[in-house]
Amino acid sequence: MTASATQRQSFDVRILRQAGPGQQSYWETFRIPYEPNLNVISVLQKIATMARTAEGKETTPVAWDCNCLEEVCGACTMVINGRVRQSCSALVDRLLEEHDGEIELQPMTKFPVVRDLMVDRGRMFRALERVKAWVPVDDYYDRGAGPKESQESQEQRYPLSECMTCGCCVEACPQYLKVEATRRPNESIEEHEARQTEAEQGKFLGAAPISQAILFNDHTTGGMISDQRLEALTSAGGIQVCGNSQNCVSVCPKEIPLTTSIARAGRQATWYSFKTIFDR
Amino acid sequence: MAKQRVLVVGGGLAGLAAAMKLAELDIAVDLLSLVPVKRSHSACAQGGINSVNDTTRQLGDSEYLHFDDTVYGGDFLQHQPPVKEMADWAPRIIDLMDRLGVPFNRTVEGYRDQRRFGGTLFKRTAFAGATTGQQLLYALDEQVRRCHAEGKVEIYEGWDYLGPIVDDEGRCRGATAQNLVTMEIRAFPADSVVLATGGCGLLFGRSTMSMACTGSAASRSVQYGAKYANGEFIQVHPTAIPGADKLRLMSESARGEGGRVWVPRTPQDSRLPRDIPEEERYYFLEERYPKYGNLVPRDIATREIFNVCVNEGLSVEGDKQCVYLDLTHIPREELDRKLGGILHIYEKFQGVDPRDQPMKIFPAVHYSMGGLWADYERTAAGGLNPTSPRNHVTNIPGLYAIGECDYQYHGGNRLGANSLLSCIFTGLFVGPCIATDLASLGASAGDEQFDLLMRAERSKKEMEHKQLLDRPAGGENPYVIHQELGQEMTKAATVVRRNDQLQSAVDKIYELHERARNCSLSDTGTWTNQNVMFTKSLLDMFPLAKALLQGALARDECRGAHYKPEFDMPGIESEDPAERRQQAEAWCDKFDAKNKKWLKSTIATFDSKGDPTLSYEDVDTSLIPPRPRLYGIVGGDIIEQVWKERQQKASQAEPAGASS
Repeated sequence: MTASATQRQSFDVRILRQAGPGQQSYWETFRIPYEPNLNVISVLQKIATMARTAEGKETTPVAWDCNCLEEVCGACTMVINGRVRQSCSALVDRLLEEHDGEIELQPMTKFPVVRDLMVDRGRMFRALERVKAWVPVDDYYDRGAGPKESQESQEQRYPLSECMTCGCCVEACPQYLKVEATRRPNESIEEHEARQTEAEQGKFLGAAPISQAILFNDHTTGGMISDQRLEALTSAGGIQVCGNSQNCVSVCPKEIPLTTSIARAGRQATWYSFKTIFDR
Repeated sequence: MAKQRVLVVGGGLAGLAAAMKLAELDIAVDLLSLVPVKRSHSACAQGGINSVNDTTRQLGDSEYLHFDDTVYGGDFLQHQPPVKEMADWAPRIIDLMDRLGVPFNRTVEGYRDQRRFGGTLFKRTAFAGATTGQQLLYALDEQVRRCHAEGKVEIYEGWDYLGPIVDDEGRCRGATAQNLVTMEIRAFPADSVVLATGGCGLLFGRSTMSMACTGSAASRSVQYGAKYANGEFIQVHPTAIPGADKLRLMSESARGEGGRVWVPRTPQDSRLPRDIPEEERYYFLEERYPKYGNLVPRDIATREIFNVCVNEGLSVEGDKQCVYLDLTHIPREELDRKLGGILHIYEKFQGVDPRDQPMKIFPAVHYSMGGLWADYERTAAGGLNPTSPRNHVTNIPGLYAIGECDYQYHGGNRLGANSLLSCIFTGLFVGPCIATDLASLGASAGDEQFDLLMRAERSKKEMEHKQLLDRPAGGENPYVIHQELGQEMTKAATVVRRNDQLQSAVDKIYELHERARNCSLSDTGTWTNQNVMFTKSLLDMFPLAKALLQGALARDECRGAHYKPEFDMPGIESEDPAERRQQAEAWCDKFDAKNKKWLKSTIATFDSKGDPTLSYEDVDTSLIPPRPRLYGIVGGDIIEQVWKERQQKASQAEPAGASS
């Protein structure tokens, strides 16, 4: 830690705000008294208590998403000092070293803004449905243990299973583009979601759901419907959209080997395409 | 009649398991959750999930012993039939989760690996790295997503439960909820409502719980007449990383895998921990509890860590309370393989590698054993009737409570790795019970006759919302009040409880509640207003906080996690055999008397202001007779001997007594 960081009295946080979907965004700066060991969440908590800008103007508390604050739930993703990451594990001391004296917070750019730093990431969860990211068991009655699994296979599946759908990978992806069906006046929540879902059809899945498809193809029972997953991966918005920029893997907070998953998905998809050609 | 529906509130392990089982039974399900279900607090559980298994069985383990450990760990404060049923189901639950693809750690041969956890002597815990909760949650989330794709479950994420809708006959017919984004308030008609809304750690300001764990759903239900039980039983986890925004859990598996807890014998020794020689280190758990060592149950570890810092002044740091949890003697590869996930957490949030330097940890509020009162129906064999509509129903017919928000399974304290089990178990188990209830109902809340009720309840909530937004400026700040509430609760009602402190906390909380009624909002907007939602949940923390403090104040004994030094029963110090025996007899007399008075669940009911009245309920201990909980107590051997002799005598006397 630099001497200036330990001796500072306060620091500024610049936040890109937006009152609601489709509204004009604007910057606001807040002045935070310095304490050691702060993270971005504790900074946002302080802002909620103050509700006053650095210039002393009264303002509304900043809206943001969070839950566990332990980097397991995936809720608190935002763009911090220009880099997408979880705000709970973004430590103020390090951020101030990175960007002297000021921290900049922005909402993710690939999802519709709900308010301030809060975005709607429903598209990522819907993508999991598109690739059938589950094990298709017969029922939930007692039928004994699952399939035996080697340590090697468990060690391969486990990291993929740590994906918390936080969205860092798609935020960093040049091929993943924002899809926003802005809510119409008097439109119900359900009608709006249906229109948003429709607009997402055929758009790129992104790294996280592709990796999940591989996770389930690797499971003995899950693999029984691997063809259905590969069908999704080879249709519009599937694996072929990936431009192999490798940005996803470098920003993943869980260090999931996303590019390895994508490469494996590519190979499985190729075989699947051959097979379907010859099956015709 | 419209198709019957069930509303499940909460998308953690319990809620998801219930939704999935109900869908399988062909019941239409609406699943409502504050956060996207995949982001629920269950994701945070690190250690594992308990059940007897093929290997422990060969060492003498059984479902009965798992049941016994759970009851003993809970200091006999649970009704025993539900716990027995849970232990019986446990192996099947692990198998099911295995089938659903949970990447449990494996042995070389490919079986599920198990580890040992605090409070048990068997390797009973199945685990998936150090993120077992996350892995179990995801497996259930995946199944519910599948049910959603098949049109069996509707998912409402980003909705806040405002309270049950109760008809003239007192039956729950649905719930009101508010969308966190649009602020829209809706009535959700339902023929049963299942609350799976987790714990209430935020009453303590900072805890290991997620930000959604405010307890507000439970509180909103008790304000409609549901009973709340054993509120004073809050588990404080012995090992957490103290942070500014929250206290982060350091799993007990760090102790389970050989982690050693110590402090330097010299107070605030300024040397680096590695430079302090063995003989100058105080391994206080190992010295005081040779049999269990670092694996003593949670409440004991918590109190000892607290004691060593607060009373003996041996905290590692001068201005902050903490002790070392040391893993540096374990090979790095082994640590990475078994504990990679949790070590990563420490590294990430503290910027220090625990493979090289001991971690600094301190106790933090972690789990609510108490919760909504829920019923059960036992069988003659001592388990639960598997389809009884009474299982898990609150005192409001049609309103069910499962998971951490019910009070059934953990009694005075919870064993490590039993929470994931109780959540999944109750979720799966409640499905058929609700199905029975619905079959006998003969109406649907979606029927026209209930329209008026739905509309009335919705307008009532809309009015309350509007009143909050219309508050005049210049009043109290809700975030500041929450901090004060947290400080008060933490000071008076965590590890060590004293009646004078509890009484003053009760007074203070009543005062804070009054002040909270005058909160002003810094945001009066009608779109994604987090300020107003926070203020609502803050107001709803007070009834539970009051019940918790008053329950603790009334309970003049030590039981499970509830420890009052004034009523402690110290061990037997004497060396003289005759005197030891005499003291042990006296100890057992005292224990008997204490159980007669206090082996009861605290039940709180609430008036219209949210103020609790306490009463007590007897506990069904018919399967395992209560016995002293003697983990590591000095002279525990002689107490145990005397106790056993008394039990024997009593059982011999019984048949004679019965015939006379």
